[in-house]
Amino acid sequence: MAKKPVQKQEVETTGHSWDGIEEFNNPLPKWWLYTLYVCIIWAVWYSIAYPAWPGIKSATAGYLGWSTRALVAEEIAEVEGRNAAINEKLATVELASIATDPELKTYATSSGAAVFKTWCAQCHGSGAAGAVGYPNLQDDDWLWGGSVEEIRTTVAHGIRQETDDDTRFSEMPAFGDDYLEPEQIDAVVNYVMSLSGEPKDASVVAAGMEVFAEDCASCHAEDGTGDREQGAPNLTDAIWLYGGDYDTVKETVTFSRFGVMPDWNERLTEAQVRAVATYVHQLGGGE
Amino acid sequence: MGNYIKLVVLGLVALFALIAANFGRDLAYQVNFITFALAAIVAFVYTLRNTGEPVSTVDLSGEYMDGVVRAGVIATAFWGVVGFLVGVTIAFQLAFPVLNFDWAQGYANFGRLRPLHTSAVIFAFGGNALIATSFYVVQRTSAARLWGGNLAWFVFWGFQLFIVLAATGYLLGATQSKEYAEPEWYTDHWLTIVWVSYLAVFIGTLVKRKEPHIYVANWFYLSFILTVAMLHLVNNLSIPVSIYGSKSVQVFSGVQDAMVQWWYGHNAVGFFLTAGFLGMMYYFVPKQAERPIFSYKLSIIHFWALIFLYIWAGPHHLHYTALPDWAATLGMVFSIVLWMPSWGGMINGLMTLSGAWDKLRTDPIIRMMVISVGFYGMSTFEGPMMSIRAVNSLSHYTDWTIGHVHSGALGWNGMITFGALYFLVPKLWNKERLYSLSLVSWHFWLATIGIILYAASMWVTGIMEGLMWREVDANGFLVNSFADTVSAKFPMYVVRGLGGLMFLGGALIMCYNLWMTVKRSPAVEATNHVVPAE
Repeated sequence: MAKKPVQKQEVETTGHSWDGIEEFNNPLPKWWLYTLYVCIIWAVWYSIAYPAWPGIKSATAGYLGWSTRALVAEEIAEVEGRNAAINEKLATVELASIATDPELKTYATSSGAAVFKTWCAQCHGSGAAGAVGYPNLQDDDWLWGGSVEEIRTTVAHGIRQETDDDTRFSEMPAFGDDYLEPEQIDAVVNYVMSLSGEPKDASVVAAGMEVFAEDCASCHAEDGTGDREQGAPNLTDAIWLYGGDYDTVKETVTFSRFGVMPDWNERLTEAQVRAVATYVHQLGGGE
Repeated sequence: MGNYIKLVVLGLVALFALIAANFGRDLAYQVNFITFALAAIVAFVYTLRNTGEPVSTVDLSGEYMDGVVRAGVIATAFWGVVGFLVGVTIAFQLAFPVLNFDWAQGYANFGRLRPLHTSAVIFAFGGNALIATSFYVVQRTSAARLWGGNLAWFVFWGFQLFIVLAATGYLLGATQSKEYAEPEWYTDHWLTIVWVSYLAVFIGTLVKRKEPHIYVANWFYLSFILTVAMLHLVNNLSIPVSIYGSKSVQVFSGVQDAMVQWWYGHNAVGFFLTAGFLGMMYYFVPKQAERPIFSYKLSIIHFWALIFLYIWAGPHHLHYTALPDWAATLGMVFSIVLWMPSWGGMINGLMTLSGAWDKLRTDPIIRMMVISVGFYGMSTFEGPMMSIRAVNSLSHYTDWTIGHVHSGALGWNGMITFGALYFLVPKLWNKERLYSLSLVSWHFWLATIGIILYAASMWVTGIMEGLMWREVDANGFLVNSFADTVSAKFPMYVVRGLGGLMFLGGALIMCYNLWMTVKRSPAVEATNHVVPAE
């Protein structure tokens, strides 16, 4: 293409001139014109083969019968058909037996990983390491229990979902609301800090211990190791959901916390809930 | 007499704007209307000072109106640097989210700055470049002074006011949330007035031309001005919640709104960034190369084909959405047929240089124009390709789109504008030549390498994230979470930011060079007299 029209230097101009600009009267480049024709012919064929031309109420469907909705339905049906038997098995077997069935365990783990990355990673992180207010699921510190059954219950019914009768529900009082005096809060915060590390002010730890025994031990236990029946965290393990520094613990004691998680049985199938429970269970801290 | 009417109108505008600001229900609205009132007051004082002064009776009809073009050149360079700077900022905000400073939340976080960047480069930089060059080109190729007297100045200042209203509105949260059409209803109304004036000046000048034919560059400019007017009006149909508030509600909803939005959005690319800039290309390339246009026939055919086809291509932005399949098919089909008509402009640009290829060695401005046309060709091939449904299923929502847009915007729009500015400044300020050609070379290489870093990093990360999103294991389950794909993009985000930084650096060198041209280059006699060619 570079050679022909150009080297013939003496193509005529059109005779016009604008501010010194003239125009050669070169013909349309052949390759350009034929490519344009090919595109047009292809376009006509494509618009006959595929849904294209609108009428009053509907559009032509195209002779190939292709549609995006049919395509996605087909792909979903294909995968669901392939996995129907194993999903059925996963949804109905004894939960504990999943771990002993290698095929089922492999399937549940990879399915659970996909569920986790789609629905859970937003809060718990794609590696399940959690974030402030969202528990780390890789460690062995569990608020409501770390057996695969307990994890399944938590996933299926959520945390503090008032529309779900089986939801996990606990509520710590906001001790700043006339329960405790500021100095009592200060003392108990220092005591709690001392359970797993260094308090900010060691001189009030003893006083804090008394406050703890009176107002906190009923849920968090005398020794502060918590109570999974009530979802009361273990305060002795240096693992903190919201943070273990003085200001954060004080905020927790003063105002309480009210983290929530959706009841996933509303959105996921039983097989998916069990799969994600299996996945979380095998991350490292499962019991 | 005219001045007294002007004073009354300006006074009333200022008064009503202040009343509106007083009753304003949100900060963006109040700031915008105070800005508007200030602009009216400045114009009022300016008019007042000129009232009763002796009127110059020199007949200017034999001279081109270049003052407004000079102002446009300055505005182009200024807004270009602003737009690139905001672009570099948000590129690094994406790479390092910590740069979304807490103290700047709600004003200078990514979400607020992103529309500021896109509007600054497209409308402020590109728009000023188009207005300035179209005023220059239509006068030269029509051998006529701009029609409408000071109306051209109104277009210039009105457009700057539009930019300021839009930009401050974005930062303070006034947005319609429509891509490239973010300004709220009153800013849209203002732009409509300015744009109709622009159309009037342009057509008025064409009507009184002394050349027998209308030059091809002017067809492109005219199609750009007309179509943008139509797009702007339809896509911004909205009802204000209150005349004292910035918020408005779109007339269309759901998928109809999406369709109108992308009909607008794609033709903003088609008519603003393609047709308008082709107008620029058709004047400045043959002028700088001192060669005739390669083919008159090709220019006609590709012009009409481009105009006819582009307007239908919008639905390809909505593949695999709620948009019906038939509309998506048509969008794709028209996009593919558009390939050759787009390339007609590239052929005419590049082949115009045949017989002058040696200038690539000696003239960095020609080099800039050639690479610009090259990027134009690349983007107008990539675009139709990405509109193919199967390709789009991989590329949609990924950074590939961002790379595509920037190879067009930085490569084509940016470079042709830089070339035009280098051409215009010595002419407009009556200078013999540019201050330094080696600085132009520096600009050329910085910008070119910057664009390549930008586009290549976005292709890599775009295709990577597209593949990661669709990656499934043997059982058909997704392998990656969204956050995994985000963190995988980090190194490429840094490369992209560096590319942008180089592009910005080149633009700063250009500003220095143009400034020194005005200050230091040897003067020549003015040549802005109207001389018809035949």
